[in-house]
Amino acid sequence: MQPKSVAVVGAAETTRLGKIPDVSVIGLHADAALNAMKDAGLKPSDIDGVATAGISPVELAHYLGITPTYADGTSVGGCSFMLHVRHAAAAINAGLCKTVLITHGESGRSRVGAGGFGRAPSSLMGQFEMPYGVTSPPTMFTIPVLRYMKTHGVTEEDLATVAVIQREWAARNPRASFKDPITVDDVLNSPMIAWPFRMLMCCLVTDGGGALILTSAERAKDFPQKPVYILGTGESVETPMVSQMEDFNSSKAFRVSGKKAFDEAGIQHADVDHLMIYDAFAHLPLYGLEDLGFVKPGEAKDFIRERNTAIGGKLPMNTNGGGLSYMHSGMYGMYALQESVRQMRGTAAAQVEGAKISVSHGVGGMFAASGTVIFTNEK
Amino acid sequence: MARLLPEPTPETRHFWEGCRDGELRLQRCTDCTHSYFPPRAFCPKCGSRDVEIYAASGKATLYSYVINHRPRPDMGTEPHSIAVVELAEGPRMMTNIVGCPQTPEALILDMPVQVRFDKQTDDISLPLFEPAKG
Repeated sequence: MQPKSVAVVGAAETTRLGKIPDVSVIGLHADAALNAMKDAGLKPSDIDGVATAGISPVELAHYLGITPTYADGTSVGGCSFMLHVRHAAAAINAGLCKTVLITHGESGRSRVGAGGFGRAPSSLMGQFEMPYGVTSPPTMFTIPVLRYMKTHGVTEEDLATVAVIQREWAARNPRASFKDPITVDDVLNSPMIAWPFRMLMCCLVTDGGGALILTSAERAKDFPQKPVYILGTGESVETPMVSQMEDFNSSKAFRVSGKKAFDEAGIQHADVDHLMIYDAFAHLPLYGLEDLGFVKPGEAKDFIRERNTAIGGKLPMNTNGGGLSYMHSGMYGMYALQESVRQMRGTAAAQVEGAKISVSHGVGGMFAASGTVIFTNEK
Repeated sequence: MARLLPEPTPETRHFWEGCRDGELRLQRCTDCTHSYFPPRAFCPKCGSRDVEIYAASGKATLYSYVINHRPRPDMGTEPHSIAVVELAEGPRMMTNIVGCPQTPEALILDMPVQVRFDKQTDDISLPLFEPAKG
């Protein structure tokens, strides 16, 4: 992709976040989409490209009354929206469409109009993981971590520190689900979920959604909001089974996706002013910082403990409070993207003053997939 | 509540028949010698269809795990391990470590373990692992 050839001109979350028992999954998609269209000053008839995950782009287009010439149903888990941004940028550059709407909506908590989490017993996961008692992400996403902890001398306190610092960011965000300060002891005394993971090391489960609208940089200057340009993108996938990850100390999908995005953007790590790393669990920012190359393998725990990613640190990370404290509907990637866009517009609740480059890095499944989007507010 | 069990497919049937018969069957490529899991009809490293099934030693080491304190209804009520072991032949697989307390003190990374087949039905036995004897 040509850097800065495509821009975000509309961005919004659902009107409410948290517990929304009176809106179904597709209703959350629509609420976010309408809010993003209002933000961009557009009507459904102005949209000619759609992308979504969880529901099909056909459902989305029909529900909103859109007749697209481009539809992307890439569904690789919570980072699907990073991939949608990447694909939309390519599609706009190739002339497949002009204005792409990307939506997310999930009734993670209330389960209104939502499907289940089952796996067919004949699938590879059904045959070679489900029989051993895996339930949902807390017993799968966490499986590599003891190996990582042994390799790098990471402690339970280090994992807890990730959650504590993200809560500090959440305290600055009126829309965050959890805002009260917590200590390392609070995290280590919270109920055991799947050793070594305790409840406060695991993400929230809430309802909500978000939507983005992208168009060419050339057209972007005619929209009401300050354009946020796409500087670089990356994606990759590794395995649907966490037990078959090549290396439990590092995500191959993270490494491939991150490098692709940084190469495309032509930037160095020191150029990054703001970072979002999808944190479904407390270990993900550790893996992310290392696999994206911000620190060397094993250094992330000290980097976080020394408050580099905290308020006032040199690399503000997960400034909305993250999946651990802001919200987590199931496919959190959209909220990471929304926070990056807010930071680039200068409208975030915990605004990083003067931020010019933001990296939004997502994970899908249990280290199954990854997508990275690098934004800038400078043309 | 009956435990969730695998439903073999044509590509994986040899593995589950092996477990039923008390043998841990892996596959390896006859072109590049790569051993792999889960089963498939070709080598995931080089793409060759010239692969063979062989009986693995059943020896492994404990690579990583969690202790699930909220067991699935079909897994009983006590906390239990969900583990990944590294087989002596190279591949890794998910399993449960049995025959020892389900505690961090008893479940030490890199400890040697050996396979034990746990009969569930006439067709399905699950390959579980226990601390190696001796």
